[in-house]
Amino acid sequence: MNEAVIQAEGRAAGRAEGRAMIEARGLRKSFQTRKRGKTTAVDAVVGIDLRVEAGEIFGFLGPNGAGKTTTLRMFATLLPPDGGEAVIAGADLLRKPAEVRRAIGYIAQGGGTWDDVTARQELVLQARMHGIGKAEAQRRAAQSLEAFELADYGDRNCKTYSGGQRRRVDIALGVVHRPKVVFLDEPTTGLDPQSRAHMWDMVRKLREEGMTVFLTTHYLDEADALCDRIAIIDAGRIVAEGTPAALKREISGDVVTVRVAAADAEQVGAAQSTAAQSTAAQVTTAQKAADLLAAEPYARSAEARDNGELRLAVDVGESAIPRIMRTLESAGIELSTIELHRPTLDDVFFAKTGRSLRES
Amino acid sequence: MKTLRDIWLIFQRHMLLMLRSPLWVFLGVAQPIVYLALFAPLLKPALASLDSGSMATAYRIYVPGMLVAVALGGGLYVGFGLLGEIASGVVERARVTPVSRYALVLGRSLRDVVAVLVQSAIITLLSLPLGLFVRIGDLLLAYALLALISLTSSAISYGIAIRVSNPNVLGQVINNVAQPLMLLSGTLLPIALAPLWLRRVADWNPYSWAVSGMRALFAGHSGDPAVWRSLVIMGGLVVVSLAWSARLFARSVR
Ligand SMILES: Nc1ncnc2c1ncn2[C@@H]1O[C@H](COP(=O)(O)OP(=O)(O)OP(=O)(O)O)[C@@H](O)[C@H]1O
Ligand SMILES: [Mg+2]
Repeated sequence: MNEAVIQAEGRAAGRAEGRAMIEARGLRKSFQTRKRGKTTAVDAVVGIDLRVEAGEIFGFLGPNGAGKTTTLRMFATLLPPDGGEAVIAGADLLRKPAEVRRAIGYIAQGGGTWDDVTARQELVLQARMHGIGKAEAQRRAAQSLEAFELADYGDRNCKTYSGGQRRRVDIALGVVHRPKVVFLDEPTTGLDPQSRAHMWDMVRKLREEGMTVFLTTHYLDEADALCDRIAIIDAGRIVAEGTPAALKREISGDVVTVRVAAADAEQVGAAQSTAAQSTAAQVTTAQKAADLLAAEPYARSAEARDNGELRLAVDVGESAIPRIMRTLESAGIELSTIELHRPTLDDVFFAKTGRSLRES
Repeated sequence: MKTLRDIWLIFQRHMLLMLRSPLWVFLGVAQPIVYLALFAPLLKPALASLDSGSMATAYRIYVPGMLVAVALGGGLYVGFGLLGEIASGVVERARVTPVSRYALVLGRSLRDVVAVLVQSAIITLLSLPLGLFVRIGDLLLAYALLALISLTSSAISYGIAIRVSNPNVLGQVINNVAQPLMLLSGTLLPIALAPLWLRRVADWNPYSWAVSGMRALFAGHSGDPAVWRSLVIMGGLVVVSLAWSARLFARSVR
């Protein structure tokens, strides 16, 4: 377990005494759509309960159409909820929307800049719309250009920027007034791997500056690497919530896959055995090994498959592997490969919804 | 105080954008000028029945109507620009800030007023050699009235744009609003030439009153009750239309 994970879990464990930055209860929204005179309701968000602590990077992971943007737009005061309530940075979303707006920054999925204006002009106006005076706004704009590595392009019109530069401008605009909470809708969608890693660093920097970050993503690796805690959302509902590590552990521990060598492979081969015979021998050996390992204390379950493979569910893969090898060796079973498979967030998603996030 | 500051902020940004591409302001006067050069002489006999029949009189009646047409007709189409801005996300970004919602409408509308006043000044200047005569005080009051007209038409257009949200439908809706308003205000042909029943209908069109006020000012009758009536009616319409579209702005811009 690496340091970041330990840190993240520490933060999650400290939830009880932490200060909530976002607290939502039963938030929901449905849209009326009209098609050939018939109105149908799309239940975009069916009931969101969540709590995000000050200083967290909280991720909303879900497939297309899960309701991520809709939830974020409700938090950002852009969309009135149909029901439920939320408190953001201490201000009630429904009763004090103006106060919420002062405390938050919102970076939309598609961004939003004027084509014929420079990033610097945009930053100054954005700061001034937040009530900051002219001189201070200019100072902040210069700082932001520096911080988001835009200084070289800051005086060029926004329409000339590359995708990565544009996204950095979007984020700089969202945080120029130093909000307490930042809502980031899919910060890295459409960026190349290098720009994505760069963007992750910038998001971490926002947290270091004391901001609470709420981001949405449909990338498993992003949720895993960047977020302290995530909520998995599907069809407008949160289906799982926790640190990425805890969620994965909850699923099944680790999985170790062992492939046994076909017994007496050399002799059988010499006697013109068929492939079927060889596999049959493997399966028998695998079954024997499975029976043997299932009795071991570290194995939760052991199951032989009909391709000569053996799947073991264990709590911690690294410590189980040497013991598995010892057990098999002393029983005289030779193994050809052994593989450790850690559950991914996709396994978590699959366990909760029956679908894979990669496919949807 | 904060609202005024916010209005100024938004206005500045839109002025900056307009100055970046000033061409359309000038394109906007091309059609009125063609009308001025070709139609006014054609209309002279018709207009003559109303007054002494000189070319100067024809322009005195024709130019103020033309200016209202520019302020009303031009203003009603500004909603298209707003739809583009909404699609680009800049409107949403502004809405998440504490900036005044009135400022988001009024800052834009004031830019439209500036455009209309520039166009009006060009049309007035070009009409002077054709024989138009108007006192400077009356002209300034006329421009104030034009500013009010322009505020109403652009606020209405922004409101409709937000309600309709589909650019194809918006064109239809605006045409259907603009045509009766223009025809029933006597901008190009004085409504006084119309049959009585049509004049009664036109009485319900606030812009018909605005045109009467404008013609009175260009005729040099600044004391004519039509002048203060038109100012009051347009002032009231400004308040109502701005309140309406600012509310829509706050609530329903996607
Ligand atoms: N304005 C709207 N009118 C009608 N339906 C809408 C509207 N906005 C969103 N929806 C519907 O609500 C559901 C949730 O949409 P939402 O944009 O929140 O998804 P998302 O999780 O952000 O997806 P993506 O990853 O594609 O951005 C979708 O089915 C969408 O079609
Ligand atoms: Mg989305």
